Amino acid sequence: MEYIILLFSEIYKIFYVLIPVLVSVAMIVWLDRRIWAFVQKRRGPNVVGPFGLFQTLADALKYIFKEIIIPASSNKIIFILAPIVTMTLALIAWAVIPFSEDYVLADINVGILYIFAISSLGVYGIIMGGWASNSKYPFLGSIRSAAQMVSYEVSIGVIIINVLLCVGSLNLSDIVLAQEKIWFVIPLFPMFVIFFISSLAETNRPPFDLPEAEAELVAGYQTEYSGMMYAMFWLGEYANILLMCALGSILFLGGWLAPMDIPLFDMIPPPVWLILKILFLFVLFALIKAIVPRYRYDQLMRLGWKVFLPFSLIWVVLTSGYLLYFDLLPV
Amino acid sequence: MLAHAIFFYFFSFVAIISAIMVTVSKNTVHSVFFLILDFISISCLFIMIGAEFLGMIMLIVYVGAVAVLFLFVVMMLNVAQQKNQWFKSTDTSTHIPIGLIVSLIIFFELIIVIGGWKYKPDIIKNFSDSLISNSTNTHTIGSVLYTEYIHLFQISGMILLVAMIGAIVLTFRKREGVKRQNYFSQISREKNQGVELVEVKSNEGVKIDV
Repeated sequence: MEYIILLFSEIYKIFYVLIPVLVSVAMIVWLDRRIWAFVQKRRGPNVVGPFGLFQTLADALKYIFKEIIIPASSNKIIFILAPIVTMTLALIAWAVIPFSEDYVLADINVGILYIFAISSLGVYGIIMGGWASNSKYPFLGSIRSAAQMVSYEVSIGVIIINVLLCVGSLNLSDIVLAQEKIWFVIPLFPMFVIFFISSLAETNRPPFDLPEAEAELVAGYQTEYSGMMYAMFWLGEYANILLMCALGSILFLGGWLAPMDIPLFDMIPPPVWLILKILFLFVLFALIKAIVPRYRYDQLMRLGWKVFLPFSLIWVVLTSGYLLYFDLLPV
Repeated sequence: MLAHAIFFYFFSFVAIISAIMVTVSKNTVHSVFFLILDFISISCLFIMIGAEFLGMIMLIVYVGAVAVLFLFVVMMLNVAQQKNQWFKSTDTSTHIPIGLIVSLIIFFELIIVIGGWKYKPDIIKNFSDSLISNSTNTHTIGSVLYTEYIHLFQISGMILLVAMIGAIVLTFRKREGVKRQNYFSQISREKNQGVELVEVKSNEGVKIDV
């Protein structure tokens, strides 16, 4: 009996995190299109609901009622599994994100490693989709995407090591609490910039959206997908973007902490600060999508391996040297 | 404890079944996917015994990096047909003795290790006294790995580096006549280098490719 009560309370807590995430994914898609349109002096989606807020819901409804076409020569099980894997992985990583000191679903000791592991698994959804489609463009797109994600994961890992050196714990709540005096964006500013660019590449956002470069590859690994399965890829992609924004704000922008310790800021509840920071990073993501032209693939690989990786490695040496010399290393 | 047992048997069942499926399945890509499933369930088992750091590292290294490379190789080389040929060809007998020898050696090694651990616990050096209690897994591994075993750790890193350089040297070949792109010259190109204004006389045209 106690197991059943435990099970239901856990499921309740999971929905408490999951439903806000899914709703905000829908809103973020709208915001993305809206910002993109404003930069290009268009109006963007503004018809469905106030300011077009329900546009994504309308799109989702449309996708649900569309027919799912499964190519005859595809590998059917893996073809169906791929969007499921993408979306599941994008959602389960939210389990460890702390929204405030006591509002976290799973406060585990290796939270940052968990997020890193889950985001490194995300490449499988794309590879599976590209391979199972049994078609040239999806396969090329998935190969590109896999190479890109694996390369940028390396530099993200090294950047995370920089932060962890300053914190001395792998727990995400500890990482936020270590920034009470100063946000890590100030001492580690170059790392924040590189983390931001790497997370653009990690989530296949423009200017690094080579896997779905429509001029070369139709739609990359999503070419053969239609209806609800396409929508799941799409949801998973935006949930991943939101997750990277959350990770950026936890690692560098002080998570749920207010910028200054004054009474006016203390009145605002902590989760609101985290949401504001996520939104700030996402607006940057959206602006970059509108402003920057797409990279060439060899430039992308060069940037990852020859610029970001050595630079962040040098910063690891600098950070650890500094901490050791001034005896600031947290134990 | 019941939930613990249920989860343990579930993950070990999945691990064993997928390990068998790796060797049995006809399609090589399916084999790799089963291998990934195997890795994931093993890392779940690691987490269940409280070694959360090892479990996560297992996920990151094996599933996130090694298995991706496996998948790449298998997809690019199209090994699927070759594997079918191995099963069909008549001279499978040549593979059986080697396989038997390897598996026998692994079996005896496992017996020695587990037997020694079980019946003579003092064979294996016990670290549990030197460890600080109620510190996290990660701290504990770090405090042992970077003090007691720092030389072994460094040597294994060097071996990996040498292997990486060796692989690059083996596959590296210099080809003639490859057009290389220099980023700095591309970026630092000015307007007057790229565009030229030419006075064209009427009815005479102009030769562009000089």
